[in-house]
This record gives sequence, structure tokens and C-alpha cells, in this order.
Amino acid sequence: MAEIAADAPQRVASRPRLRGTALLGTVPFFAFVTIFLVIPTLTVVIGAFTGDGGRGFTLANVRALTDDYIIDAFGRSIALSASSALIGAVLGALLAYALVTGRPDGLLRRLVTAAAGVLAQFGGVTLAFAFLATIGLSGFVTLWLQEHGLDPYANGVWLFELPGLTLVYTYFQIPLMVIVFLPALDGIRPQWREAHVSLGGNTWQYWTRVAGPLLAPAFLGSTLLLFANAFSAYATAAALVSQGSPIVPLQIRGALTSEVVLGQANLGKAMALGMVVVVAVVMALYSLLQKRTAKWLG
Amino acid sequence: MARVIFRWTVLSVMGVFFLLPLVAMVEFSTRDAKTWPLLLDWPRLSAEYPALAEGIVASLLQAALTSLLMLVLLVPTAVWVRLRLPRLRRLVEFLCLLPLTIPAIVLVVGLAPVYAWVNYFLGGSSLTLVFAYTVLVLPYAYRAIDAGLSAIDVKTLAEAARGLGAGWFTVIVRVVLPNIRSAVLSAAFLTVALVLGEFTIASLLHRTNLQVSIEYLGKSSAGVSVAVSLAALLLAFVLLLVLSLAGNSKKGKTS
Repeated sequence: MAEIAADAPQRVASRPRLRGTALLGTVPFFAFVTIFLVIPTLTVVIGAFTGDGGRGFTLANVRALTDDYIIDAFGRSIALSASSALIGAVLGALLAYALVTGRPDGLLRRLVTAAAGVLAQFGGVTLAFAFLATIGLSGFVTLWLQEHGLDPYANGVWLFELPGLTLVYTYFQIPLMVIVFLPALDGIRPQWREAHVSLGGNTWQYWTRVAGPLLAPAFLGSTLLLFANAFSAYATAAALVSQGSPIVPLQIRGALTSEVVLGQANLGKAMALGMVVVVAVVMALYSLLQKRTAKWLG
Repeated sequence: MARVIFRWTVLSVMGVFFLLPLVAMVEFSTRDAKTWPLLLDWPRLSAEYPALAEGIVASLLQAALTSLLMLVLLVPTAVWVRLRLPRLRRLVEFLCLLPLTIPAIVLVVGLAPVYAWVNYFLGGSSLTLVFAYTVLVLPYAYRAIDAGLSAIDVKTLAEAARGLGAGWFTVIVRVVLPNIRSAVLSAAFLTVALVLGEFTIASLLHRTNLQVSIEYLGKSSAGVSVAVSLAALLLAFVLLLVLSLAGNSKKGKTS
């Protein structure tokens, strides 16, 4: 009894500290995230503005981003991401539309969405090798075409350049589009079309005046997501392109592994910062459009 | 009628586009009849391609350890934040989703100095990549676990267990965990699939894993590397397909 009585005031007094002990429970998580996520992110940001000796603030690295070869790399990265995103978005939207015209809980739709979920994750070295086996110099399709008198590489081997990368990237962009665009298509009610038709509208008007404007924010948003996805990709390009560094991620690889030119490390950080800025802007626009879509998707 | 024609045209053209590379991989890897039997013969494989064997073992261990670390970090934190520190939920969510906006190649740039310290303390084993991989899978794992926790009444369950005298460890391991089994399973599946496919970080930090060894092998023996790619792909396919079909059939319940 005496013990409890002695305990009681202490317990009241320690109530503010209770919050402190509750915080202890999150220490492992925050410690881990700080070391392996926050510090690396800060390293990139701070390193981008640090001089080559590891000391002092400088804008030299960021200014070096305006060097011709780096501007070119960013330009090619953006061109590759934009073209693969556009192709992926259009073809993915067509595929998604083909799916919604079928039964909503049919086997086909379930199979295709499940396959899309898997294929959207499919990237990296395996994907590069899959395409080498398909249209590489001794690939299945290449040999077949050559047997029939057609040479896809008559004007040079484009597989290891931007056109090839665009084709390979399309392989994971289309499934991603299906996944992110399908909910918007599902949000279009068949009743709207019936109302439109009963008021005397035709198909062309339906698509340009009703469904088109409704789907536009979702379509644009999904395209932006695809853009960010392609812009961030590294492994596929790294496995496919072994010589030269046409795009930014490969330039960063060069800066990281370069042993010839010292002091490239912070230039790598400046390029990394450039990538983060591009992705952040794209993702911000994406979430903006996402909110607009959510309004009528309900 | 036009709609049906449109539908089947799109579906078959896409079908060909997506199946062709897979068919080509099968054809490419069977040009040499000895390739596939070699893959199934582990002692011979590890004798002839030691780097590949090392990569396979490393990736399997990394996948298992990353799943474990992810669960140990995320489940207690998510439960704890829900029960005791609701104000921190936003911050935890933000941190967990942050890796989505940071490309892996950028993360490598920042991780390089951190890993200099990891090397100093823990040595340069490829298993230390588990830390970086846990960061990579945070967004996917967090979403899965958070959805699982939203589907049950964590607060009531925890209070009931605490009222009956259970400690926090018991609450998390024996009360909450069994109730979010399918969420934990899908988080673990996603983790395994992502880790098996990871190349960027391992290759740039000069460690080995399955993808790094496949890429290395591609330079010397194309047939074997394509065969291993296909095998790895099928494994990830099966994992994720089971996951997405299971997720679909129970959609009404969990989300």
C-alpha cells in the first residue's frame, strides 16, 4: 500500500515524460531512415554545392551542368523519357480501353491487369537481355527478318542508341499506363454516353466534348508518371549501352567510376541533384492532376 | 461490332509485342542444348560459373534479410505510431514514400560515402546492401502494411491485449501480426521481387548479386545469361502473379 502511495505522485509527475518514452519506440526506424535515406539525400544536395577538396561553398558544379555534354545528356534523357512516356501512354490507354469494353470482372481483364502489374516492375538487366535475344545482332527476330531478306540494322545498329532504348522502355511503360489509367476509365459512366446519345450527340462529339475533357487530367497525369519512371530508370540502359553515356544516369555512372578525372564526384552530385529537381517537378505536377482527377472520380 | 474488332486487334497486337521477347529468350537459351540442364545442376553450375553461383546465393540471402529488416523496422513503428504518436504518422509516411521520388542512381551517389563507413564497421560483404535495399522497398512495403493496419481495429485489439496483461512485444507479435498476415505477406513478396531484380546499387557500389552476375556473364556466355535471366524472370513472375491474383480476389476486404 505504502509503495503504491509513494508511486502515485511520481506517476503524475512523469506524465509529460510519457511522450518521451513513447518516442523511444520509433528510434530504430528514425535512426535507420536518417542514416540510409536522409543523410544520402543531404549528401547529394550539399555535395552539389561543395568544392573539389570537400571544402567550401561553390556554384562551380552546378554551373558545370551547363557544359555542352551534360546539357546534351539531359536533353537526350528528357527526349527518351518523353517519347517512351507518350508512346506508352497512348498504347497503354488503348489497351486499357480495350479492357473496359469487356466484362469488368471477366477472366481476361483480371489476367491482363495481373500481367500488367508484373510487367510494369520488369526492367533492368533481364529486360535488356530479353531484347538482345529478340532483336540483338543474333536475336530471334533479327535472324528471322534477315532470312526473309530484311535487315533491321541496314542503316546501323540502333538498338544501343536512343531509338532502341525507347523501344525497350515501352515494354515497361505500357503496362504501367494500364495500371494507372484504368481507374480513370472505370470512372466514366456508361450512363453519360447514353445521355449524350439521347440528346442527339454522335461518337465524335462524345469523345471531344464529354469523355475527352474528363479523361484529359488523368491521361496527362499518367503520362507524367511514366515520364518520371523512364527518367529514373538506370539498369536497363546500363546493361544495353556499354559504350558512351548518352543519358544522365549513365553520365553519373561515368562520374562515379571515373578514376582518370579526379574531382568528378561532386559533378556527379550536381547531376544527381539535377535529376531530383526534374523528377520532383514532374511528380508535383502529377499530384496536382491527380487531385483534379479525384474530384470527379469520387 | 466495330468495338469487338478494335478490342481484339489491340489485344492481339499487344499480346505479340509482350510475348515476343519471352519467346525469343526461350529460343535463344535453347540454341545450345546444354544450357538448361546446366542450370539445374547446381554443383556443376557453381564449378563452371562461380561468379553466377555467388550472385544467386547473395541475392537469395539479400532478399530474405531485406524482408526481415523491413518487417522489423516497419511493423512495430507503424503500429506504435498509430497507437501512441498519431501526430508522427504524416512524417513516417512522408519518409517512407520519399524513395519514390529519388531515383536509385541518385541514391547511390549519396549512399557511397555512407557505405564507406559501413565497410569500415561491417566489412565489404554484399549482404550489407540489405540496408540500401530496405530503403528502396520502403514505399511499397509501407503501403502494403499501412493498408493492412487500416483494415483492422488496431487500437481496440491492442487495448484488449494490454488489458489482459500483454506486453508491447506480445501485442505486436501475437496479436497484430497474425491479423495483418496477408499485408505482411504481400510486403514480403514485393520485397523479394524487387531485391531479386535490383542492379543499380549493387553494381555501382561494386557488390555482387544476381543481376550483377548476369550482366557480367552476358559478356562471356550469352546463352547462359539469357537462360538465367529467363529463370529469374519466371520466378519474379510467379511471385508477383500469385500476389496480384490473391490481392484482386480479396480487394473488397482489404482496401
